[in-house]
Amino acid sequence: MDTQAVLDWMATEEYKEKNFAREALVINAPRTCQPYGAMLCALGIEGCLPFLHGSQGCAAYFRSALTRHVREPVPMVSDSMTEDAAVFGGQANLIEGLKNAYTTYKPSIIAMFSSCMAEVIGDDMKSFIINARTQGAIPEDFPIAYANTPSFVGSHITGYDNMLKGLLNSLADTRNGKWTNGRLYVVPGFDLYAGNLREYKRMIKAMGIYMTMLPDPTEVLDSPNTGEYKMYQPGTSMGELADALNASGFLFLQKYATMASQKFVKNVQKITSEAVTMPIGVQNTDAFLMTLQQMTGKAIPAELEAERGRAVDAAIDAHQYIHGKRFALYGDPDLLIGLVGFLLEMGTMPVHILCGNGSEAFRKEMEGLLAASPFGSEGKVYVGKDLWHMRSLLLTDPVDMLIGDTHGKQIAKDANVPLARIGYFMTDRVHLHRQPIIGYQGTINLITMLANMFIDEYDRNCPSERFEMLR
Amino acid sequence: MVEEVLSIYPEKAQKLRAKHLAVKDEGCSCAIKSNIKCIPGLMTARGCAYAGAKGVVWGPIRDMIHISHGPIGCGYYSWGMRRNLTQGVVGVETFSPMMFSSDFSESNIVYGGDKKLAQVMKEVKELFPTVQGISICSECPVGLIGDDIESVAKKANKELELPIVPVRCEGFRGISQSLGHHIANDAVRDHLLGKRERPGEVGPYDISLIGDYNIGGDAWASKKILEEMGLNVKNVWTGDGTTEGMMAAHQVKLNLIHCYRSMNYICRHMEETWGIPWMEFNFFGPTKIAESIRKIAAMFDETIQNKGEEVIAKYQPMMQKVIDTYRPRLEGKKVMLYVGGLRPRHTIGAYEDLGMEVVGTGYEFAHKDDYDRTFPEMTNETLIYDDITEYELDEFVKRIRPDLVGSGIKEKYVFEKMGVPFRQMHSWDYSGPYHGYDGFPIFARDMDMAVNSPTRSLTKAPWNKEKEVR
Repeated sequence: MDTQAVLDWMATEEYKEKNFAREALVINAPRTCQPYGAMLCALGIEGCLPFLHGSQGCAAYFRSALTRHVREPVPMVSDSMTEDAAVFGGQANLIEGLKNAYTTYKPSIIAMFSSCMAEVIGDDMKSFIINARTQGAIPEDFPIAYANTPSFVGSHITGYDNMLKGLLNSLADTRNGKWTNGRLYVVPGFDLYAGNLREYKRMIKAMGIYMTMLPDPTEVLDSPNTGEYKMYQPGTSMGELADALNASGFLFLQKYATMASQKFVKNVQKITSEAVTMPIGVQNTDAFLMTLQQMTGKAIPAELEAERGRAVDAAIDAHQYIHGKRFALYGDPDLLIGLVGFLLEMGTMPVHILCGNGSEAFRKEMEGLLAASPFGSEGKVYVGKDLWHMRSLLLTDPVDMLIGDTHGKQIAKDANVPLARIGYFMTDRVHLHRQPIIGYQGTINLITMLANMFIDEYDRNCPSERFEMLR
Repeated sequence: MVEEVLSIYPEKAQKLRAKHLAVKDEGCSCAIKSNIKCIPGLMTARGCAYAGAKGVVWGPIRDMIHISHGPIGCGYYSWGMRRNLTQGVVGVETFSPMMFSSDFSESNIVYGGDKKLAQVMKEVKELFPTVQGISICSECPVGLIGDDIESVAKKANKELELPIVPVRCEGFRGISQSLGHHIANDAVRDHLLGKRERPGEVGPYDISLIGDYNIGGDAWASKKILEEMGLNVKNVWTGDGTTEGMMAAHQVKLNLIHCYRSMNYICRHMEETWGIPWMEFNFFGPTKIAESIRKIAAMFDETIQNKGEEVIAKYQPMMQKVIDTYRPRLEGKKVMLYVGGLRPRHTIGAYEDLGMEVVGTGYEFAHKDDYDRTFPEMTNETLIYDDITEYELDEFVKRIRPDLVGSGIKEKYVFEKMGVPFRQMHSWDYSGPYHGYDGFPIFARDMDMAVNSPTRSLTKAPWNKEKEVR
């Protein structure tokens, strides 16, 4: 077969069927492994050094991947396990590693999580850490949290969740009866948009709510250039972490990325908690603010209502460039639920919705969301699939735009559709993570991005007699 | 200075690290420890054997599919992150820009992944009928659970009628990506090399270009010079490489090697087996390029020697123009490097062409023979460091305050925040090529841009500047 013949065949229903019949091979995965999420979670605690118990290669990969997305330094150590550790276990590495890391980098806390290597050989981090203390590698009272994050289970969102639970489990003081510290604890979930995190805080503070973001990697994801490098950025303080279980309530901003932590807070610690859909779009933001109102009794201020009005104005002004357009999108479950809500309220048609790390609960929720809107009639949900599946979908049932991260650029090109870069691995564009996509302001940003992309496409491709000053 | 920097470590780490640091002086005997384990808990820039084998050596062979065998992460992180450009239609003629994984789940760890691997390869062939071969790059768990990927590969080789190469590059093997290079070379030797013959005689000017991974188009720039010299570059290893080229790679008169660290193993093997001579060369900056052209031409007859001189003469004015433009802005600027492979020594000449001085250099994963080659390139009092920890590098840069640091992505933003100009020297900071005559103007422009960007002068707020003056 020559090249063109193969390409033509790859665009057929026959190929799509073959592609979807795949059982073992994963091509262009839209998800990665647990320790990556654990690292992000750890970086949100002030003075915290993420510590990977395992091979140093993993640490190098995680640091490179995150630093490429945010263009910021990402500090993290590993205990450099090699062949001898594979045979004898990683205790010696872990103890020496703790000693060196503690002495050299002077963290105020260490958050430890495991690689697949450490998990396969069955290392017991808990007892190793106890042994490190008794051997004097670190002081008896030096705070260390840990989480098991095998790479062959779950994905980066599971790792985030496990590390968060690990932090609460290991370092939060036990709940003090009915007494609360009067603070709402807000958990952002696996979110690499510094702009989102700032926007959450701004909106919540505008409501007059005392809050703590846990974990809070905002500054790690977007720190000022002052001519001086600081290894640790501001984040959730040790004090706030220790006091977490005395919170007046917990608000989870991503449901699927915090399942275990939600359960721990709600059922084990009996703390009032809510989990909202990621507030993307007007209605999701409304629901987010009303949840805040309900949890705290604070009114939604005029300032935010005016913002809402501006977002609605932006939606109405721009709807004609977006209405009825067909979209394909992929990403993490929480991002997708939020985005689809937004797309539906804009009168667009989400057609192919692909989630590499979604659960059956996610599928049900997404299908319910689609069924509730006339614009959702063509929407199909693909759980556990990858971007090569998406390529088949784009070629056999074309759309007007693909929404996804940088990894989608090749298939978007193959399908000749524009790629709106929304998601968590954007290594080929600058500063997108600084702009919020949540809240009313984020909604305005999204509308602006999508509408102008369509207008740009039209301008680039239209016949010269249609090349007008007015759009 | 060195003692002062190391004093922060616990005693044992201090002693160990001291052996990896040296200042060159007269009669220096290259006494620096290298190629030994990293110290646990200290931030290293090093990667793993998988990164060396899949990421560096195998990944750029464009018409093969390289399966990251194990959990999803390693394939994800090594996907598109080394800029080894390839020609051809993606998914049909080149697979390098894609990622393929056997995506281990818990049951694969418990029951083994061999069955899944066999299925993976079957699906590869069904979905990509034009694929020319498959490599199986093992991740950590594969070796730990004792899977027999060799026999799975052997069986699939017969069934699918494709070269199938098991690569035992589990990340925990060795101490860095370096062992991964060696393992990858051995796999090339055992499964591809010498397995196919090209039609016709081997011409007197047939050569291979080895150890060029085509970062940002480097191999294309290097190849251009060699071809202008009248040499026939039959195969590039492995940047933009092909299976067929690799299988018939033994049919050349000379192997030219750019990245000695990653590919010297296979050169030695080919010399022993087929008597093919090999030589190192350096295509960074006009001085080293001219030196290398003459050295390469000396291996051939007068035709090539004359053509080599013609090439040098042809590009000389263009290179002079580049130097005339940039040298006045870069003269005397101090550079510190910390990279892998060949760059800590090979790029020095290019900096010197621009009047810049390399005051510190070192490797992530070098061996003694790399340092033997490095010391003669350096001027006295240069600081040389092996597997430097991120803490040490930060401290040295703070004390020496070079005008430019060249290192990797993990280091980049640390120095950007410090206000020290920086260029990413693994990936050319998404620019390039830097090799050859095509590369030098880009190299010069990029270094000037880094050192002289007015954005650097914005760091201090004016109200704080005034305070300092008072």
